[in-house]
Amino acid sequence: MKFKQTIIAAAIAALAGTANAQVSDGIVKIGVMSDMSSLYADIGGPGSVVAARMAVDDYLKAHKTNLKVEIVSADHQNKPDVGSQIARQWYDVDKVDAIVDVPTSSVALAIADVTKQKGKAFLISGAASSDLTGKACSPNSVHWTYDTWMLANGTGSAIVKTGGDTWFFITADYAFGHALERDTEAVVLKGGGKVLGKVRHPLNAQDFSSFLLQAQASKAKIIGLANAGGDTINSIKQASEFGIVKGGQSLAGMLVFISDIHGIGLEKAQGLIFTETFYWDLNPQTRDWTKRFLAASKGTKYPTMVQAGVYGAVTHYLKAIDAAKTDDGTKVVAQMKAMPTDDPLFGKGSIRKDGRTLHPAYLVEVKKPSESKGPYDYYKVRATIPADQAFRPEKDGGCNL
Amino acid sequence: MTEIFGVPTQALFGQLLIGLINGSFYALLSLGLAVIFGLLNIINFTHGAQYMLGAFGAYLLTSKLGLGYWWSLLLVPPIVGATGIVIERLMLRQLYKLDHLYGLLLTFGLALIIQGVFRNEYGTSGLPYSMPEQLAGGRNLGFMFLPNYRAWVIVASLVVCLGTWFMIEKTKLGSYLRAATENPALVQAFGINVPRMITLTYGFGVALAAFAGVMAAPIYQVSPQMGADLIIVVFAVVVIGGMGSILGSILTGFGLGVIEGLTKVFYPEASNTVIFVIMAIVLMIKPAGLFGAQK
Amino acid sequence: MPRSQKIALGVMAAFFLLAPLVVYPVFLMKAMCFALFACAFNLLIGFGGLLSFGHAMFLGTAGYAAAYAAKAWGFPPEFAILFATACAALLGLATGLIAIRRQGIYFAMTTLALAQMIYFYYLQAHWTGGEDGIQAVPRGTLLGFLDLSNVWAMYGTVFVIFMAGFLLIYRVIYSPFGQVLKAIRENEPRALSLGYDVNRYKLLAYLLSATLAGLAGATKAIVFQLASLTDVHWSMSGEVVLMTLLGGLGTVFGPVVGAFIIITMENYLAQLGAWVTVTQGIIFVICVLTFRRGVIGEIGNYLKKPL
Repeated sequence: MKFKQTIIAAAIAALAGTANAQVSDGIVKIGVMSDMSSLYADIGGPGSVVAARMAVDDYLKAHKTNLKVEIVSADHQNKPDVGSQIARQWYDVDKVDAIVDVPTSSVALAIADVTKQKGKAFLISGAASSDLTGKACSPNSVHWTYDTWMLANGTGSAIVKTGGDTWFFITADYAFGHALERDTEAVVLKGGGKVLGKVRHPLNAQDFSSFLLQAQASKAKIIGLANAGGDTINSIKQASEFGIVKGGQSLAGMLVFISDIHGIGLEKAQGLIFTETFYWDLNPQTRDWTKRFLAASKGTKYPTMVQAGVYGAVTHYLKAIDAAKTDDGTKVVAQMKAMPTDDPLFGKGSIRKDGRTLHPAYLVEVKKPSESKGPYDYYKVRATIPADQAFRPEKDGGCNL
Repeated sequence: MTEIFGVPTQALFGQLLIGLINGSFYALLSLGLAVIFGLLNIINFTHGAQYMLGAFGAYLLTSKLGLGYWWSLLLVPPIVGATGIVIERLMLRQLYKLDHLYGLLLTFGLALIIQGVFRNEYGTSGLPYSMPEQLAGGRNLGFMFLPNYRAWVIVASLVVCLGTWFMIEKTKLGSYLRAATENPALVQAFGINVPRMITLTYGFGVALAAFAGVMAAPIYQVSPQMGADLIIVVFAVVVIGGMGSILGSILTGFGLGVIEGLTKVFYPEASNTVIFVIMAIVLMIKPAGLFGAQK
Repeated sequence: MPRSQKIALGVMAAFFLLAPLVVYPVFLMKAMCFALFACAFNLLIGFGGLLSFGHAMFLGTAGYAAAYAAKAWGFPPEFAILFATACAALLGLATGLIAIRRQGIYFAMTTLALAQMIYFYYLQAHWTGGEDGIQAVPRGTLLGFLDLSNVWAMYGTVFVIFMAGFLLIYRVIYSPFGQVLKAIRENEPRALSLGYDVNRYKLLAYLLSATLAGLAGATKAIVFQLASLTDVHWSMSGEVVLMTLLGGLGTVFGPVVGAFIIITMENYLAQLGAWVTVTQGIIFVICVLTFRRGVIGEIGNYLKKPL
């Protein structure tokens, strides 16, 4: 993964017009920080850099503007200290104005803090923690794409409505897993369902047979996987081994991405239900964008919702800079919250005062191998959750903005 | 339904069986480590990476050459074992006259290289590997549904472990190996090619790791990280069993798998740490390990 | 102090005093913390002959303790660091009593497994914040008047801590205690036969090493205002071994140089992701096979002077 410093020349008019006068040193520098090499590299990673570049290119082509935009990228390796250090260096030394993406909530929380201290802008797409628009909200952060509350609520309530009213949780035993379990349980109980049991497994457990056995014995209709990444993939693979889905129980993934499904394979993942906010095959705009994404990334990996979120966030950020005529982080974020969002990937939406971006969410089910007609043709969209219901109500978050 | 400590006996037996299955992997891996350490006095930190190479070998054989699981089981261990031989020849051999710690550091560095290269190439999402058809499905044993593949894992591991133990403890070749560890100069004087035996022994230990890797491919995630955390647990197993004892590592491997399985039922949050806790206790009471001899 | 070392000490002090004018000070502070960590580690392996593969547990424990004390209990930085260092010392005592029973490879394996156990505890404990770590740790005001959010005040503090730790280690190495330690490393049975309580010396060295590693970890937590799982993971233990090996096992200045090189390398290769691991592995292999004396060791050997 090479260090990319892509200079995107934008100046239509070489005049240093008033539009540029308040943009710091004349250039808007956007830093894409993601996990480029490990756990989440396929979810965000180099694909996020591609999405950011596409956003800049598209925006400059579509709008008459004198903005000069530069993109840099770095790998935070899922470590908060590495991320926080890169952020400091970017802000202090390299004159970066905004940081985008950052999967892994622990890193995002650290960067949100640094961004607030330095008065820059933080456009979050990859991280999941709903604390980013709750306890840890900031006038300098905007949280796109998804968060734990939305996942729990979307998946949980939608499944209960369709008859999945008895649950058993397999939870990763760390803060994120607990949060997912707690949020989903609340939703299930509110919808009139019952939780028949829970079991906590150590993070990065290789073998889930023991926990799956307990889930099977509980006879719950739905087995909720309150975990992520490799743990989810392992749980699903081994569930298929033990004939769980064939035995009549369904698996609900709390945090699953299309790249995970690609890694598991439809054979083992079929029937899995979860929530996403972007799917490449939703409508003509998303399909068209995906084609361009594949061409730009020169690869075969279809975009994930995180990468789509990077595109949406950067697009809106640039719009806000032009409207506010400055790239001062706090002012631009305030402008972003004042303007409604509109892009081909997420449709029309808005950003709340606490930084939460509102857009529709989709409950999807993984197709059977026989139903899939082409590459990455993996999902059936079971339901659409409108933007105003998909995310946690502002008053419940505990944000004091 | 009778219950023991609040867990129905049926569920308990199911978990015990699962524990035995996991124990098979611990036993296979710690066997490889014990062979290498017991006979060569090398701590093979690369063991985890070689386990991963076994799984990846199986994946690559299927995706590039279309060869199935059974071919992988046959071909991959010798191939990975051969890479082990190259490592021993080129690098480890130079370290024998030095402090053992250098061997540890070298194999640690090699593990970093191998894992890093694969991570760069394949990312960490993991790769799919399908179950061989002959072993798919399972049978309902009444107290649990036992996938056929898992039953196969127990059987195959037992066979390989006992076979290795027999070869080392009861055959002439094994006795040469054991003698060569005690007194290489003397054994060499008898006309036995000691360096070659050492090389082949290392290769064999590595092949055992790769074998475990191929077995793991259909059920665990084939990813570059798969060996990294596992290897530390296996080290604990080997320390508990006694570093040089072949039989010790086999028994401890299976035993600890069962204990871990029981922990998962009664107190799952601790299942990661229980083996280390046991290790600390064993070290306080019997520092040489349960089956080890004080060297 | 031999003249060569006096010169080296002067060069090192001058470098860290002047470099922040041209190099990003936060980067240098990180280098100093890790240099102290590596020096503490080197005390154990280079002079005591004991390879601890779990030293991250001290770095991380002190980091968490300092972060928690500063954030949740509102300790001023000097007390947070002292408290955290004491915690690391306590952990050193507890683990040392278990680990010292074995030697050589077995000792290394034991420390590795103990560190792993500590890691899993921190992963699950609520107060550490698990994957999130303890964030937004206040830097506070040192001794009631020095505001550490000013980068120069922080830098000065770190510099003082680093030099103090370094000089302490130096005194220990060249003290009678240090000489006995070296004797034990060279030939343990002989030292035993001379009447030295070998285990007590080893335990003391281990304790000292753990405490100073804790000091490094506590300082780092205050500088970066963050304590996370990275600092207790086994790869951190591996890194400090690498730093010391590269710099020169058993030399006085080796760990500082090794730490600096590795930190610099990571900084510039951070963009390349997994290549960092591969590069570290390659350095390990090369050092073990052909460069066992390390950078400072080779220089010292060439000059025929102790460094």
